[in-house]
Amino acid sequence: MPLHTTALAVFCFFFLFVTVAGFMAARWRRPDAGIHSLEEWGLAGRSFGTWITWFLVGGDLYTAYTVIAVPAALYGAGAIGFFALPYVVIAYPYMMVVMPRLWRVCHRNGYVTLADFVRGRYGNRWLAVAIALTGILSLMPYIALQLVGMRVVFSAMGLHGEAPLVIAFLVLAGYTYSSGLRAPAIIAIVKDVMLYIMVAAAVIILPIRLGGYAHIFAVASQQLALRKPPGSIFLRPQQFLGYSTLAIGSAIALMLYPHTATAVLSAKDGNVIRRNAALLPAYSFLLGLVALLGFIALAAGVVTKDTSAVVPLLFLKMFPEWFAGFCLAAIAVGALVPAAIMSIAAANLFTRNLLGEFLRTKLSNRGESTTAKLVSLAVKFGALAFVLKLPTPYAIEMQLLGGIWIAQLFPSVVIGAFTRWMNPWALLCGWAVGMTWGTQMAASLGLKSSVYPLHLFGGTYAMYAAVPALLVNLLISSSLTLLFRALKAEEGSDSTVAEDYA
Amino acid sequence: MGAPSNSQPTKRTKWWVIVLLALPYFGLCFPGLYARATPAVFGFPFFYWYQFAWVVLTSFLLYLVYRQLKSR
Repeated sequence: MPLHTTALAVFCFFFLFVTVAGFMAARWRRPDAGIHSLEEWGLAGRSFGTWITWFLVGGDLYTAYTVIAVPAALYGAGAIGFFALPYVVIAYPYMMVVMPRLWRVCHRNGYVTLADFVRGRYGNRWLAVAIALTGILSLMPYIALQLVGMRVVFSAMGLHGEAPLVIAFLVLAGYTYSSGLRAPAIIAIVKDVMLYIMVAAAVIILPIRLGGYAHIFAVASQQLALRKPPGSIFLRPQQFLGYSTLAIGSAIALMLYPHTATAVLSAKDGNVIRRNAALLPAYSFLLGLVALLGFIALAAGVVTKDTSAVVPLLFLKMFPEWFAGFCLAAIAVGALVPAAIMSIAAANLFTRNLLGEFLRTKLSNRGESTTAKLVSLAVKFGALAFVLKLPTPYAIEMQLLGGIWIAQLFPSVVIGAFTRWMNPWALLCGWAVGMTWGTQMAASLGLKSSVYPLHLFGGTYAMYAAVPALLVNLLISSSLTLLFRALKAEEGSDSTVAEDYA
Repeated sequence: MGAPSNSQPTKRTKWWVIVLLALPYFGLCFPGLYARATPAVFGFPFFYWYQFAWVVLTSFLLYLVYRQLKSR
């Protein structure tokens, strides 16, 4: 691919701009005592109001990889990829009910992670460790995917090799280390504004140049029919269950990911989160429009075997060079925000719930933040090695698994936020079975897909593996709870009080 | 945190709040309801604009719920 010099220059300008902003963020809203504690470095002092939270959570959940992968799915397979839209709609009523409750109990007890909450709620070290491990395990491939997104952008501009990716990552690691959650919060504002400009231009200008949406859908329909296996811009009846379970399972998982928790817990009060549940669907609308870029690319005649290159190629083909550079910068900056928050979330989990749990002496505030900073570096370099060593499809497949895994926290965290009925050991057993079976289902599909054909009562139901795994998890957690109760087994302590949830 | 907790004992979620929260699930979790081409709007087949419409509608429903649930 030729080197796109103008695009590259525009790209570098924006990249430099957010780098400076990232380092300056360390001074933003800085309390007199400095930012040497997990509360400050890892949660920015739980001080963010409605707008910053809106940008931060939006920048966090709608990742660069989303911008690349969702249109790629529509380009490659058609309507089934559009499940991303119902997914990010039904996530918000659930957020409205669950997250303000979790925020309150975490705020009142100084919990920094959801594993902290489970530790306090159930008084069971092993359950908390399981939650923390699941979180870290699911985050690693997710961070790696952000890098994949960046690599796609670089190679579309004609930059090949590992050097650009390594440089971008060193920069990211630098300002995450020095500024903590403040850095992605500032950069998220820049990123989201850029992304809105990009999408507005793309969904208005491109259809005008390509003969309108009716024409785009018609051409996409013809093109998809030629695929092997043939795709369609409409769902087939046998895809219905897969479509809805993908949406439901992903929505359940979304609110349990550690980086979601980090962004939500940094809000300054519960109403900020409630307001955001109503305001965040604006991003969902954006995502739906981004998804349609997959069909627009089909209509524009973008031809590529690597579906993740579809969006960058579309921009370079249809936009003037300088604006393509702007759009590609928006995607790359879009990778930096979630990658930073994810590494902070993983660092918080490791420091509080793995190291902190097994250390004989409690870490000081400064000790905690220093450890977390170092761990955030380690996590990022781990993800970098993952991307440089392993082929891209592997990262995508691992991320599918991550979604299945993280959904298994639902009984401990979400149900735990409403009732202490469950026994912690029962939850741990349910978690273990859900994790194992979920992994088995995905593995039996060769990690190619996460929609598993379940044979049940003589019928076949193709559904997202996270959902049946979670149902079995719930079944085991509740029946073992009843059993342990009948045996009068130990229930564990609860250091939260009813007032914490009101 | 210093606010008097006078709303504590009788704080029960109103039934219509639960209905509003459940509506997007009924609207979106059964693709059989909307997996069709017509009627199209501005060139968008029904399947696509219907789901876009739910984004706007959900945001509005959640605003109503927010007004009811917000803690003062």
